[in-house]
Amino acid sequence: MHIHKLEKIWLTIGITMLFVFLAILGVSAFAMGVKPPSEHHHQLDPAKVQETAPFDNPGLHQIGDNEYEAVMTAFTFGYAPDKMEIPLGATVNFTVTSQDVVHGFAIPGTNVNMMIVPGEVSHVTHTFTKPGEYLILCNEYCGGAHEYMKTTITVR
Amino acid sequence: MDLNRTNHHRFDLKDGKLVVAHILVAFIALLIGGIAGLLQTMVKSGTVKLPYGIGYYELLTAHGILMAIVFTTYFIIGFLYSGVSYTLGGKLLPIVHRMSWLGFAFMTAGTVLGVIMVLTGKASVLYTFYAPLKASPYFYIGLALLVVGSWISGWGIFWQYKYWKQTHQGKLTPLFAFMSVVTFLMWQIATIGVAAEVLIQLIPWSFGWVETINVMLSRTLFWYFGHPLVYFWLMPAYICWYVIIPKIIGGKIYSDALARLSFILLLLFSIPVGFHHQLMEPGISSFWKYLQVVLTFMVVIPSLMTAFSLFATFELNGRAKGAKGLFGWVKVMPWKDVRFFAPFMGMLIFIPAGAGGLINASNQMNAVVHNTLWVTGHFHLTVATSVALTFFGITYWLLPVVTGRVLTPRMNKLGIIQTIIWCVGMFFMSGAMHLVGLFGAPRRTAFTTYEGNADAAAWMPYYVFMAIGGTVLFIGVLLMVYNVFALLRAPKGVEEYPLGEAMESAEATPAYLDHWRLWISLSVLLILVAYTIPLMDMITSTTPGSKGFITW
Ligand code: HEM
Ligand SMILES: [Cu+2]
Ligand SMILES: [Cu+2]
Repeated sequence: MHIHKLEKIWLTIGITMLFVFLAILGVSAFAMGVKPPSEHHHQLDPAKVQETAPFDNPGLHQIGDNEYEAVMTAFTFGYAPDKMEIPLGATVNFTVTSQDVVHGFAIPGTNVNMMIVPGEVSHVTHTFTKPGEYLILCNEYCGGAHEYMKTTITVR
Repeated sequence: MDLNRTNHHRFDLKDGKLVVAHILVAFIALLIGGIAGLLQTMVKSGTVKLPYGIGYYELLTAHGILMAIVFTTYFIIGFLYSGVSYTLGGKLLPIVHRMSWLGFAFMTAGTVLGVIMVLTGKASVLYTFYAPLKASPYFYIGLALLVVGSWISGWGIFWQYKYWKQTHQGKLTPLFAFMSVVTFLMWQIATIGVAAEVLIQLIPWSFGWVETINVMLSRTLFWYFGHPLVYFWLMPAYICWYVIIPKIIGGKIYSDALARLSFILLLLFSIPVGFHHQLMEPGISSFWKYLQVVLTFMVVIPSLMTAFSLFATFELNGRAKGAKGLFGWVKVMPWKDVRFFAPFMGMLIFIPAGAGGLINASNQMNAVVHNTLWVTGHFHLTVATSVALTFFGITYWLLPVVTGRVLTPRMNKLGIIQTIIWCVGMFFMSGAMHLVGLFGAPRRTAFTTYEGNADAAAWMPYYVFMAIGGTVLFIGVLLMVYNVFALLRAPKGVEEYPLGEAMESAEATPAYLDHWRLWISLSVLLILVAYTIPLMDMITSTTPGSKGFITW
């Protein structure tokens, strides 16, 4: 099949840019660790969340020098624990699962944004460098009162 | 070219009835969906409270299904059948004609059943119906009927194509028909995922025959279908851009062979890519997510080819008419012809729409926009503008052609006005959605202030702009529906089916492009590479499934 010279140039430039771009995404994901959240493979019985560690004890647990694990559960229509206080500058590893349907977990103003799927455990890490009140909201439809599903964390 | 021979004959009016039936259902869906859309923007901005206990999520489910599934699928089948009838012998075979009516009956029964379930509050699960939200089994049965009906219609197209090839040995098949076959082949392969989800998982589970459901598997099967769904909307619009537009502007198709090749590439790269809708969720390893992101981006290649072909057609046509300079061709375009103007606005808006899509699919970058109103803004540009305006533009000549009427100057003018209204409305609505989405405003969410939260309060002005845009758009819907009915009463006469021909200089089309076994095998191979391991992982998982929840 004959391809016009200009079209060859157009396609060559376009496809080269495409592969450079994909390489950047790949390198940042696999060499620099900037992956989408929740790649973990970690499962539990969705009907027994409250009896299964670590979700039998939701809350903020210190695991290192200014580093915490926030164990949380999502349910219609809220999150446990209800409120959390986080020291300024702390790095928080969120470990979240659902007790019922699929929920969202997003903190506007940050890159924290993930899906909470029953039977699976989602993970994301964020370092809070600015004080203030942060909203955690559900951004996946989960039922009639979905728009009320939220909690807050205070960083000070 | 062989295409010449099939040109300039009158449309079979019996087949025309079939086309009109499909187009009418499409626009009735647009009207009802539009009412829901308008109310959604009103509710979100806090302008109105829904009376009579109507719920926001019932409206949103109806809007999603009526717009994204019903409007599009009916229009596509009507449009493709018109071209198949016209280019493959000038008349549908009796059996194909019957198959298409049978498909129509299945789809309509499914749509009516599904919509009744939604409006009576038995299926407020949105058009993605994610388990373990559990709708009435009759909702899922309605969806199954809709899909099976579309299969039957697709098989009719395959039948007519095969018959034509057998009776025209050694001849090149008409481009329109070739593209229709690729579109329905893609649909056939893609809908296997959602059919499996509905038939094997959801229906038995919602009847209570099995207690639990594998949620990750159901999501993965859904998105195996969910992304190709968007190409199913797009490919008929491409047919208009590739085959119809050149004729309307008085030019020629740049290259028949390249057009076919780009459709084959769309077939190959539209299916093994569903994980880019699941980037933010657990249960899939980053490697498989990244692999599918790479495959997603391969669609850039046929898109570049399409952009080149279209602008080559415009430019060469301009030159032939004496236009000079880089943009001289712009002056000789038939801006006052709605058959050109509406699809062209669709094309133009596809540039920012596509750019937004690249952002969405960019692996880690998706975290910024996932499930925010940005995404809603994005697909109101792609499907609700690029595709919808192209479909509107087609309607202005299609209805006259298939009913033996003419497009009057008055209807043409109303069409131009309708197009402008749509663009203005979408500028406000989609623009506001994109911006507020970047600030984190969630999609699929009724009016809320999150108990007076300051971040959420800052989103309100954007919601007001969405409502203004939504109101303008709704006027556009009303005008379009009026136009459809007015076209059906236009004066009798002969309107030409605008079917483009390839340039004389274009080279012969290689025969391998018509080797379906090759393309189907390649497509299946890519799907197996992208999906086998993660899917096996989900199927063999020992995690207990979820029971159902009715949370509305
Ligand atoms: C009058 C014109 C329209 C208006 C006012 C409108 C308005 C809206 C609004 C406000 C939403 C978001 C609701 C939310 O996330 O809370 C929405 C969602 C949606 N719209 Fe439209 N829209 C219109 C036309 C269309 C058209 C023509 C299509 C497709 C052909 C379409 C397809 C969709 C889809 C698929 C959704 C997503 C539903 C979901 O998230 O479940 N809309 N629309
Ligand atoms: Cu929710
Ligand atoms: Cu997609």
